[in-house]
Amino acid sequence: MVPVNYYIALSAILFIIGAMGVLVRRNALIIFMSVELMLNAANVALVAFSSANNSLDGQIFVFFIMTVAAAEVAVGLALIVAIFRSKNSINVDEINMLKG
Amino acid sequence: MTVDLILFLILAAVAIATALGMLLSRNAVYSALFLVLNFATVAVFYLLLGAPFIALTQVTVYAGAIMVLFLFVIMLLGTEELPKGEGLNWQKPMAVILAVVLMVEATFLIFVQEPVADLISNSPSADFGGPRAIGELLFSRYLLPFEVTSILLLVAMVGAIVLTLNKKEGGQK
Amino acid sequence: MNFSEAANTGLFFQLAPLLVFLPLTGMLINMIFGGKMSEKAVGTVASLASGSAFVVSVLLAYSLNAVHGELHTIPFAEWIHIGTLQLDWTFRVDSLSTVMMLVVSGVGTLIHIYAIGYMHEDVRFKDDIKRFRRFFVFLNLFIAMMMILVSGDSYLMLFVGWEGVGLCSFLLIGFWYDFDTLGQKSTANAEAGKKAFIANRVGDFGFLLAIFTTFWHFGSLQFDSVFEAATAHPDPVVISAITLFMLIGVTGKSAQVPLYIWLPDAMAGPTPVSALIHAATMVTAGVYLVVRSAPLYSLVHSASYIVAMIGAVTALFAATIAVGQYDIKKVLAYSTISQLGFMVAAVGMGAYVAGIFHLATHAFFKALLFLSAGSIILGMERGHHHLAHGHGDHDDADAHHDEEVFDPGDMRNMGNLRKQMPITFWLYMAGTLALAGIFPFAGFWSKDEILLDAKLHAEHFPGVYWLLSLAAFMTAFYMGRQIWMVFFGKERTEVAKHAEESPPVMTVPLMVLAVLAVFGGALNLPFDGFHNLGHWLEYTIGHVEGLPLDLGVAGISTVLALLAIFFSWLLYGKNPLKEGQPDPLKKPLGFLFTGMENKWFVDEGYKALVITPFEKLAKFLSIDLDWNFWHDWFHDSVLYAGFKWLAKFLSEPVDMGIINAIADKLAEWTQRSSESLRRMQNGFVRSYALSVLLGVVTILGYLLFK
Repeated sequence: MVPVNYYIALSAILFIIGAMGVLVRRNALIIFMSVELMLNAANVALVAFSSANNSLDGQIFVFFIMTVAAAEVAVGLALIVAIFRSKNSINVDEINMLKG
Repeated sequence: MTVDLILFLILAAVAIATALGMLLSRNAVYSALFLVLNFATVAVFYLLLGAPFIALTQVTVYAGAIMVLFLFVIMLLGTEELPKGEGLNWQKPMAVILAVVLMVEATFLIFVQEPVADLISNSPSADFGGPRAIGELLFSRYLLPFEVTSILLLVAMVGAIVLTLNKKEGGQK
Repeated sequence: MNFSEAANTGLFFQLAPLLVFLPLTGMLINMIFGGKMSEKAVGTVASLASGSAFVVSVLLAYSLNAVHGELHTIPFAEWIHIGTLQLDWTFRVDSLSTVMMLVVSGVGTLIHIYAIGYMHEDVRFKDDIKRFRRFFVFLNLFIAMMMILVSGDSYLMLFVGWEGVGLCSFLLIGFWYDFDTLGQKSTANAEAGKKAFIANRVGDFGFLLAIFTTFWHFGSLQFDSVFEAATAHPDPVVISAITLFMLIGVTGKSAQVPLYIWLPDAMAGPTPVSALIHAATMVTAGVYLVVRSAPLYSLVHSASYIVAMIGAVTALFAATIAVGQYDIKKVLAYSTISQLGFMVAAVGMGAYVAGIFHLATHAFFKALLFLSAGSIILGMERGHHHLAHGHGDHDDADAHHDEEVFDPGDMRNMGNLRKQMPITFWLYMAGTLALAGIFPFAGFWSKDEILLDAKLHAEHFPGVYWLLSLAAFMTAFYMGRQIWMVFFGKERTEVAKHAEESPPVMTVPLMVLAVLAVFGGALNLPFDGFHNLGHWLEYTIGHVEGLPLDLGVAGISTVLALLAIFFSWLLYGKNPLKEGQPDPLKKPLGFLFTGMENKWFVDEGYKALVITPFEKLAKFLSIDLDWNFWHDWFHDSVLYAGFKWLAKFLSEPVDMGIINAIADKLAEWTQRSSESLRRMQNGFVRSYALSVLLGVVTILGYLLFK
């Protein structure tokens, strides 16, 4: 018998770790993985709520999030490959054409 | 302390540890492998929470397909490790500080301000979260979003192909 | 719906705007495509445009007849609506305006056709299709403007057309602005155009004053409402003022004493222009204006008398000058002035039918005379060219420059042309007999009607009859003189021996005009049941007494005319002029003839009385007043220096010190802040993400601890 709180806390921790990954890593691929981790953290929270409320809607949401994540990964990786082709690097610090 | 709680705590420790492992590994391949482990742990959580279908999808789609794709790209590009570069000096400390603040805020929110102390039943009904229940819901109430999802996937597929097409040679077909 | 039904229901009246827009269409076609078209095509387009306007005029006249002359107004466009000022472009179709439309478009079309042949042969025309096109563009514009003039329903629209035809007149008189009549480089024609324009401006100014007075007093410019207001509360002073101001306009446009001086010079334009604008149509606008304003003139006898006297004096005065002229077109020009005098005298006496009748017949025979004169001039030029070419040592282009200047329009160079140009001779004879008023040509009927009216109204308009009779005598005399000098006797130059006949494109329209000149009198014969024009105009100007033939008046005028021709035969026919011999009238008349020859020195008088003082005044104003006082002292010393000081004050302390400093500081501050803000845009995605997270944390914190 685990309180929902714990799951939410776990979700928050995972989310923050993912956010840290986005902020401190320079490798675009790892940043991308961190984003996936953040999505996962959200999924955990959703499934926990679904269970607590005894309603399946949360799980359906998770299903859709996974689909979107899959699409996002496909496009995102394609983008990274395209960037690598033109810049020969996936260091996000080098992709700084917006510098003012 | 019940068995459930102990199991939860162990699994939570594993999940956090693998997430940190992903965050801290120098090598991108290690990161990816840590993430696979993390996703697998999360799948177990799903099982505990009475969502077998989602758990299975998590394993096949996330830990399987997506992460394989990641590994594939890492190896393809040969970017397991980046050369050490001039980082942003204050980026890391700022990130840590913000993370701590966020953590404090989250803890305050979850345990003090809005404590949802509902217990999750350990033995949900047999069919709750099973493929049949999910399927029925998907094809009735969520039929339209479900169909839209298929279009989304198609668009993503076409987009991925277009983006990776080699313009110099493929442009003329 | 068949034709007569359409006429009865007044459907054709809706066509009235086409009167203006058909010629304009022709003009536009020639303007846009004319440069690429052949001469024939350009001429055909222009003639068709004018001809279709004639067809529309005929349709309008036909349907007007079908509805028994009832006035029709066709609103076309709103122009100016301010307060009580309601000015619209409305077409007015009544029996008077249709007569004018028919004359303008009918004679105009014939002249268009003639001009195709004439312009091609003009010595100054050197296969320049652009010039050729320009000529027809102007002609079509003229027709359109004349239509606006005669079809307008208000004094304002009439004035628009009035100014428009003035403009066309100016453009066409100066059409050969770079060559004179003899093909030499000169600006004489441009000067003539200016003279016409300025003389007309004086008249137009009078007309404008009349319009202003009308609006000021009657609050409207629309014909019917003005006449209604005028007859309801006749105020003799105001109406006299309006009519006399209007008379100034008439003397300008219709070339009456004292503003007639521009018309003889206007002969500088190509001959078709002289025929169309300066004989048949435009110059009759003044007569039309008086007839149109008949309700006003009939209210004040003194103004009418002044009009009649001016007409009569002009008729005689111009006729005397015509006797002393040698240029074939100048004779016709003074004759035109004289005949316009007849018309103005007629309408001044209230004999509106006679005036309009003479206007129409005069349009026929004077156009005929002018165009025939053009044919003669071209025939002479052909002969001249033949001679120059026959000698063989010059090519076409500079043949005219090397030799002694030869004037093909000087009657002293002609003689016995009847042999070389038989068609033109017979056509010219028809026109001459009509103008001289010989029975039964058109001029006889119309002139006699005027004379009869003058006789009948002798107690109200004393003197007019005698002046006009004398003018009629002179008319026959100078026309006889012209005929004997041009067509009879011996050739006075080699050129005259080699003159050649003109091509059919020129002679055929002349034949049509000749038929009209011979039978035009049928419009209004002085027998019961034949007062066609009179009855037609009754619809517009009220009841008209159809005058019977007065054998006394007709007999006297015929005898006078025959006598005049006999005298001219005695002087010029019996003993033909020899080469270099002075005019036989010179001896018996002495200084009188010198006066006639030199146009009574009117131009010189104008120069001494008006132009020289005016120039002196202008010089004084420009040099002393404007330059020395106004420019040197006031502008330079007062305005310039004061302004300079003010500018210095404004520029240095005010502008540089305050305004510029504010702008500078603002710019500096913006630059500095942007430089510091720029650091935020460092291009690192991660730090942007950090900002996002910072935002999340802050907002969450705010929500939690608020």
